[in-house]
Amino acid sequence: MTPPVLEVRGITKRFPGVLANDKVNLILRKGQVLGLLGENGAGKSTLMNMIYGLYKPDEGEILVNGAPVDIAGPKDAIELGIGMVHQHFQLVDVLTVTENVMLGNETVSGPFLRRDTARREIQQLSQEYGLDVDPDALISDLPVGIQQRVEIIKALYRQADILILDEPTAVLTPQETLGLFKIMRALLDRGVSIIFISHKLKEVLEICDDVIVLRRGAVAGQADPKESTEQSLASLMVGRDVILEVDKAEAKPGDEILNVVNLHVHDDRGLPAVEGLNFGLQRGEILGVAGVQGNGQTELVEALTGMRAVEDGRIFIKGVDMAGASPRNVTELGVGHVPEDRQRDGLVGGFTVMRNLVLCTYYQDAFANSIVVDDRAIADNARQLVQQYDVRPPIINNIASGLSGGNQQKVIVAREFSRDADLLIASQPTRGLDVGSIEFIHRQIIRMRDAGAGILLVSSELDEVLSLADRVAVMFEGEIIDILPIAEADRDTVGLRMAGVREQGLDSEMNTVGATGGQCLRDP
Amino acid sequence: MSLASKAKSGRRLAFKLTRKRVIAVVLLALGAFIFIESGRLDSELVTTLTFEPRPTGERPAVADMPVQTSSYLLVIGLLFIVSGALNLYDFQLARWRRISLALLALCGALFIPTVIIAAAAGNDTNLTTIVAESLRLATPLAIGAFAGIWCERAGVVNIAIEGMMLFAACFGFTTLFFLRGTPLPLETAQLLAVVIGVLAGGLIALLHGWLSITFRTDQIVSGTVINILAVGVTSFVRREYLLSTEAGAAKLGNFAIPILSDLPLVGEAIFTNQPIFFMMFVMLAFTHIVMFYTRWGLRTRAVGEHPHAADTLGINVNRTRWINVFISGMIAGLAGAWFSLEATGSFNDGMTRGAGFIALAAMIFGKWTPIGAFGAALLFGFSDSLGIRLQMVGVGFPVQFLQMVPYAVTLVVLAGFIGRASPPKAVGQPYMKE
Repeated sequence: MTPPVLEVRGITKRFPGVLANDKVNLILRKGQVLGLLGENGAGKSTLMNMIYGLYKPDEGEILVNGAPVDIAGPKDAIELGIGMVHQHFQLVDVLTVTENVMLGNETVSGPFLRRDTARREIQQLSQEYGLDVDPDALISDLPVGIQQRVEIIKALYRQADILILDEPTAVLTPQETLGLFKIMRALLDRGVSIIFISHKLKEVLEICDDVIVLRRGAVAGQADPKESTEQSLASLMVGRDVILEVDKAEAKPGDEILNVVNLHVHDDRGLPAVEGLNFGLQRGEILGVAGVQGNGQTELVEALTGMRAVEDGRIFIKGVDMAGASPRNVTELGVGHVPEDRQRDGLVGGFTVMRNLVLCTYYQDAFANSIVVDDRAIADNARQLVQQYDVRPPIINNIASGLSGGNQQKVIVAREFSRDADLLIASQPTRGLDVGSIEFIHRQIIRMRDAGAGILLVSSELDEVLSLADRVAVMFEGEIIDILPIAEADRDTVGLRMAGVREQGLDSEMNTVGATGGQCLRDP
Repeated sequence: MSLASKAKSGRRLAFKLTRKRVIAVVLLALGAFIFIESGRLDSELVTTLTFEPRPTGERPAVADMPVQTSSYLLVIGLLFIVSGALNLYDFQLARWRRISLALLALCGALFIPTVIIAAAAGNDTNLTTIVAESLRLATPLAIGAFAGIWCERAGVVNIAIEGMMLFAACFGFTTLFFLRGTPLPLETAQLLAVVIGVLAGGLIALLHGWLSITFRTDQIVSGTVINILAVGVTSFVRREYLLSTEAGAAKLGNFAIPILSDLPLVGEAIFTNQPIFFMMFVMLAFTHIVMFYTRWGLRTRAVGEHPHAADTLGINVNRTRWINVFISGMIAGLAGAWFSLEATGSFNDGMTRGAGFIALAAMIFGKWTPIGAFGAALLFGFSDSLGIRLQMVGVGFPVQFLQMVPYAVTLVVLAGFIGRASPPKAVGQPYMKE
C-alpha cells in the first residue's frame, strides 16, 4: 500500500443552521483514486472546499504528506500541490486557454506577460497526458469537455500532485467520460493522486481504488470497489435500500396528445437543427428521445415549448396547432416542461423557492387577485410541495441559486408535476443528480404516465431512456432516424442508431431514408 | 425526404430585418436625401479644402483642394444609394457579399468628409485645423474614458468620472490660485496644481472604493453620491475662495515635441501643444499596454469577468479592485485638470458640463478597449469642433443638426458593424467570499 499523501482528521464545518461536515476522516494514498460518494447536499463539496482553502474548518486537521498544514486560502493549497477542478468551472470566458492557465501564476519578464513560455508548457502537458487542447482558443468557444481539460491543465501547470475532481462527469457525455478516464489513468501513472467525486456508481466502481461515502455530512462508510456493487453503494449512500431498476407496469396508450408534422427549427446560429421531424405521442406512454447531445434535441424541445421560433411545420398539442405559440400559451394548454439547463431556463436564481414554485401560475386565481399576489397561498403551496418532493433544506424562503443542483431540480419537478399537466416534456431530468433523487424523479415520471399524461423524455443517458421509455426515438443530425418499441430497443441497436447507422442490411442511402421516413410519417 | 424539405424551408424563409439591412435602409434614405439636396445646390459653389494655416497670397506647401460641391454630393448620394441597395440583398456568393460590405465601409469612411464639404459649401475649410481641434476637444473625453476602463475592467462601475473630474478641476485650480502669491516659478506651480488635481481625483475614488468595495453599496448609487457631492463642494469652494479670480490664471504652456514639431502641416497644429493633450496619448499607450500585456492587466480583467475564478487561483479580488479604482480616479483627475488648467485657466461651477458621462459613452462605444474608446472620443471631439466651426462660418440652418449627425451615424454604424457591446461580466457586482 502506498503512503498517504493527504489525510483529513475529524473535520467539522458548521454553517448557520446546518452541520455540513461532522468529524470527517479520509485518507488519500499516492497514485490512487479515492471515490467520494454522497447524495446532493451530503457535504462533499464543502469538504473539498476546505481542503482547497476556500472554507476554514471549525474543527479538525488536514495533513499533507504526513505533516499537519494550515490552509488559509487557495494560494496555500496550490503551494502544497493541491489542485481542484470545481463543479462549476472557474474559467474566464473571454480569455484564452493560455491566459486562464497562467492567471495568478504568470510567467513574466519585467512587467510583461510571457505568453509563449506558458503556451509551450501547456502544449507539453497537453501532449504528455493526451489532453489535446489548443492554447490559443478562447474559453467561450470550447465545449465543456475541453473546458474541463483546461481546468486539469491549470492544476498540472501549478505542479499539483493531489487533484480534486468535483463531479467531473456530471457535464460530460458518455464518450467524453471515457476520455476523462483515460486522462485520469495517465495522471495516476505519473504519481498524481486523485479524489473523484461522483453520483454515478458505475463510474466510481470502474475507476476508484477506494470509496468513502458521506451521508448528511458524516462518513457513512468505506467500501472496496472490488467487493462492492452498485446496489450496496447506493444503499450506503441513501441509508436505505434503493431500487435501481425502474418498476413500471405496461403502458396503456390513450388518445394522441402530441403530433409533430414536418417540423423545421434552426439553432442559435440560424442553421437548420431540426429537419423535418414527424412523430406522435399518446396519453399514458413515455416516448424516449435518445441521441448524442447536439443532434437537435435541445432545439426540438425549445420549439415544442414555445421558446424557439418554428421555421416550418406544425405542432399539434391536443389537436391545436401550437407552432409559434408563446410559452405561456403552451403552459396553459397543460404542458409541463423540465428544461435541459435548469439554471438558465428552469429557475429564477435570485428568487426564493416559494416564488420559483409558482413561476407559471402566480397570476392565476389560486395565487392572486387581479392586482396583488397572495403570498399566503403561495407559501402554503410551497410548504406542501417542499414536503411532498423532499426539497432539502425544506426552507421555502431560501434563494433558489443557493440550493444544490439536485434540490434545484426537485423544485422544478415539483412545480411542473404538481400542475397536473397532460403533456410533460422532460429534458435531461436527472442530469447531475444522485441515485436517491433519480429514483424519486423516475417514480414521479411513471406516476404521471399512469395518471394519463403523455411524456416526452429527452435524455443523453441511454440507460435512462431504456429503463423509462415505452418507445424510443433516436435523433441524429436533426432527424429521427428510427422509432423502436421498447421491446426491440436493445442497447446495441439504439447505440448504432445514435451513431447514425440506419436500418441494417440496407446499403443504399435512398432506401434507408425512404424506409425510416415512411415509418415516421405513419407512426404509430 | 430531407432534400425536399430543406428546399421548402428555404423558400419559406421570411425577409428578416437584420442589423445589416437596417443600416442599408438608413444608407438608402441618406443617399436619397443627399442626392436630392445636391440638385438644389448652386452648381457654382466650390468648397476649398486647405491644409495649412497661412497668410493670404502666400503659396502653400500643400496645394489646396477645390471640390465642386454639388457634383461631389451627387456622386456620394449615388454611392450611398447603390451600397444601401446592395446590402439589402442577402448574397449567396461570398465575393458579392465582400463587395457589398466593402462598399458599406467606404460609405462609413466618406461620411465625415461629406459632412465637412456639405457644411462649408462655398467656403474654405481647413482640414488640419479641424483634425487638431477635434483632438484637442477629445482630450478630456478620451482620458475620462481611459479612467472608466481602469475601473470597469476590474468590475467596478464608475459613473463618478464626472464628479472626479469636477473635484480635480476645482482643487487643481485652487492650488494654482494659492501658489500665485508665492515665489514659486509659474511652471512649478502649474505642475503642482496638476498633481494636486490628479490626487484629488484619486482621493475621491477612494471614497468610491470605500463605499462600493468595502461596504458593497450599489456602485451606481455610490457614483451618483460622488457626482452630487462634487457639484456642492466645488461650488462652495469657488464661492468661498475663488470669486476674486474670475479673471483667471495662466493656462498650461505649449510644448514642442522635438523633431515631430518640425514636420510640415502637423508639426505646428498637433505636435506643438499643451501637456495634458500629450498625456492623452501617453495614457492611451499606458492603458492599452497594461491591460493587455502585463500581469496586472490580466488579473484585472479576470477579476472583472469572473472574480470567483480569480479567487480560486489565489488572487485577492478586492485588493485588485481597490488599486484599479484608485488609478481610475487619478486618471479622471488628469482629465478634470484639463478643464481648469489647460483649457481655460479658471474655474466655473459645473464646468465639466457632462464630459464625464460622454467619456463613459465613449468607453462603451469603444467596447471597454483603450483604442476603441479613443476613437469614439475623437468622433465626439470632431462633432464638437464641427459645431464651433459651423457657427463661425454661419450656415443656413441650425448648426445643432449637423452637430447631431456624427452621433447619429456612430450609433447606426456601431450597431451595424461592431454589434452589441458587452461589458465585463462581473461589473457592478460586489465580491464577497462565501
